Amino acid sequence: MSNAPVDQGRRRFLTIATSVVGGVGAVGAAVPFVASWMPSEKAKQAGASVSADISKLEPGQLIRVEWRGKPVWIVKRPQAMLDELATHEDKLRDPASEIEQQPAYAQNRHRSKKPEIFVAVGICTHLGCSPTYIADDFAAQVEGVTSGFFCPCHGSKFDMAGRVFQSVPAPKNLQIPPYMFTDDNTILIGDDEGTV
Amino acid sequence: MFKNLMSWIEYRLPFMEKMNLHVMQYPAPKNFNFWYFFGSLAMLVLVNQILTGIWLTMNYEPSADGAFASVEYIMRDVDYGWLLRYMHSTGASAFFVVVYLHMLRGMMYGSYQKPRELLWIFGMLIFLVLMAEAFMGYLLPWGQMSFWGAQVIISIFGVIPGIGDDLTLWIRGDYVISGATLNRFFALHVIALPLVLVVLVFLHIMALHEVGSNNPDGIDVKRENDGSVEQTEADKKFTFHQYFTKGGKKIIVDAIPFHPYYTVKDLVGVAGFLLIFAWVIFFLPEGGGYFLEPPNFEAANPLKTPAHIAPVWYFTPFYAILRAVPDQLFGAIFMFLAILALALLPWIDRGSVRSVRYRSALHTANLINFCVSFVALGVLGVLPATGLYTLLAQIFSFTYFGFFILLWFYSKNEKTKPLPVRLT
Amino acid sequence: MMKNLFSVIALVASSWVMAAGPAVHLDKAPIDLKDKASLQNGARIFQNYCLGCHQMQYQRYVRTFRDLDIPEDVGMENLMFTGEKVGDHIKNNMATKDAEKWFGAAPPDLTNVARVRGPDWLYTYMRSFYADPSRPFGVNNEVFPMVGMPHVLQELQGTPRKTYETRLVDGESKQVYVGIKADGTGELSAEEYDRTVADLVNYLEYVGEPTKLESRELGVKVMVFLLIFFVLAYLLKKEYWKDVH
Repeated sequence: MSNAPVDQGRRRFLTIATSVVGGVGAVGAAVPFVASWMPSEKAKQAGASVSADISKLEPGQLIRVEWRGKPVWIVKRPQAMLDELATHEDKLRDPASEIEQQPAYAQNRHRSKKPEIFVAVGICTHLGCSPTYIADDFAAQVEGVTSGFFCPCHGSKFDMAGRVFQSVPAPKNLQIPPYMFTDDNTILIGDDEGTV
Repeated sequence: MFKNLMSWIEYRLPFMEKMNLHVMQYPAPKNFNFWYFFGSLAMLVLVNQILTGIWLTMNYEPSADGAFASVEYIMRDVDYGWLLRYMHSTGASAFFVVVYLHMLRGMMYGSYQKPRELLWIFGMLIFLVLMAEAFMGYLLPWGQMSFWGAQVIISIFGVIPGIGDDLTLWIRGDYVISGATLNRFFALHVIALPLVLVVLVFLHIMALHEVGSNNPDGIDVKRENDGSVEQTEADKKFTFHQYFTKGGKKIIVDAIPFHPYYTVKDLVGVAGFLLIFAWVIFFLPEGGGYFLEPPNFEAANPLKTPAHIAPVWYFTPFYAILRAVPDQLFGAIFMFLAILALALLPWIDRGSVRSVRYRSALHTANLINFCVSFVALGVLGVLPATGLYTLLAQIFSFTYFGFFILLWFYSKNEKTKPLPVRLT
Repeated sequence: MMKNLFSVIALVASSWVMAAGPAVHLDKAPIDLKDKASLQNGARIFQNYCLGCHQMQYQRYVRTFRDLDIPEDVGMENLMFTGEKVGDHIKNNMATKDAEKWFGAAPPDLTNVARVRGPDWLYTYMRSFYADPSRPFGVNNEVFPMVGMPHVLQELQGTPRKTYETRLVDGESKQVYVGIKADGTGELSAEEYDRTVADLVNYLEYVGEPTKLESRELGVKVMVFLLIFFVLAYLLKKEYWKDVH
């Protein structure tokens, strides 16, 4: 046993240095555990873009496409529907789509690239149910509006651009996925940069 | 405020009190050497196995159709999945490395002797559960070695007279190893046995702290307070929990508090171990074909046996004994006895001097004989059982059991060296 | 005591490795996982000559493209023939039953073949076919006798024949076996053929463990970090143990 006095400064320095380096090590060791929760290549593959043929889409008709396990709607809106979008904006929560629920190219009144083709993720922004498309008698839900989407779970209502009406549980407009037209009759959903 | 909260908790659950008892004021002999790293390292590996194991189950699929593909999925598609899997597979081998060295330490310094018999028994139970854990875990990747290794080992139970065939059928849950076997092994591997293991480790440590740690000199640090030994200035420097002095009836000599002295020392051991462990994980994950065997990268095929089946290296010493005996039933019995003999060491060794340092030259030679026999059997277990190798396996099986038999005879009246009064 | 034990273990371990060695002499495969051009050529050979019968059912095209620096459009153009998606696994459409009828046994999946057999075995195997009219496909293999696989690279190598030379042995002239030589009808020279096989083996080695390079790189960083930690822990221990010693 040495009787030399303990160098407290050195002891404290080494304790702190070892603790810090050990702490960095612990964080580093946590990386693989945390990172392994990210979507794997399999999930990315399932989430890869899907293409939809819209050549046979009738005006007013809605088709569903599965993308990342979620329903994506494609609706061909006739001119009457598009005209109607301007008439009820005072009843909407976010008429100008200021909340980021869409790519930049869909931040307009009709919330789409081409005015007549509406593409949206068919999941209510409230608790995740899929709303029902009501083509003709939406007036029963919102006075003076002919068509829209009605969520059967908690009664949320959206217009034909997926914009949410006031005084319903859903807080935001329907989400618009990234998409692009590879040609006049084909939509690629999930990709808007043409990388594939 | 914080202090009040702490004392509020302390009153209801004496956490700090227990920390003092088991860590801050636990008297550990001051002369622990290299061999005393392996207890804490085994704990570290256990934590590694549990964490990486939990994470592997997140992507593993326990079915005959999906198991192999899901392991490949983990290795290829899951971010860092390969690292988690290598940490787990390397951890399995590392577990046995540290546990075998931990056991050898106990044998060298007589840590199984009175009053540590129960501590040793808990340790042996941990070893048994660990072997079951490793065996069942090895089936899960559903590769060729998984399948055929399990086939061979389950068949060992078939030699039990009368019930053997029914027993193997019951273990497999099918006429061959199948999805049913895989599913039950999965359940046992990830839930049942780890629970048992954790409980046993807890009991092992509680039993250790009750009787106190042995040390390379094999003499006690807790002595009767009857004037036969005096505390030195150095001894008086440290505070130990009053639980260990039994209200002044005992005095503690040549011991130091576990924390900080052994926590910082074990940290060096941990860093050294991790250097080797990481080196294997990142640069040598197959362990030269002994940690991950090449045929196991091929999916299980019940119609095609690999040319050469050997169990994973940590089973081979016992496997070699099994094969060395010409009779199936007696082979299995001897293999079982090889493990039982270890468990019975506290009663086979009739001596009272613990450490090899103060025992006879015969005992040292006998311990070396044990190590050589064990390693040689391990090597022979991976080699094909042909002429010379079988003969060697028989010789080393004989010397393996010879260790215990000799020990029983000479330990009663062994000529030992005088024990020191204080730790050296 | 400890030193003795370690030397015993080291001695035993070395004899162990030797005893586990292969029976046939295997040539060392001249491969390099960092050689992207070699890997790309190997992928091309695999897609053109192997995929017809052998799958890589656990490897995705996109992974191969990404790791081998192949742009996706180039890869789709040159390496994908049947309209799969880049995220698909590398599979063929051969039915197992047909395969068993044609070859006696279904051709094994090759995703992990380099880990099962080792690159040296593969490199030697692909260069050890020789003409043998008694076999169904007209070839046999020195490394894998009676193999059920035809010599699919024959158009590259030419017809390989066991070659004998007349040599003087103990004063008598005898026919001595000197190895397998191609008859020169192949598209490649002997050296080019060996290089091509090495590229293929390099690719198989990569597919067996696509994370190998990543693992080595990360490993170096982890080791350096642990070394620093080890030194700090050691100094800390020395400091505290001044109280004891």
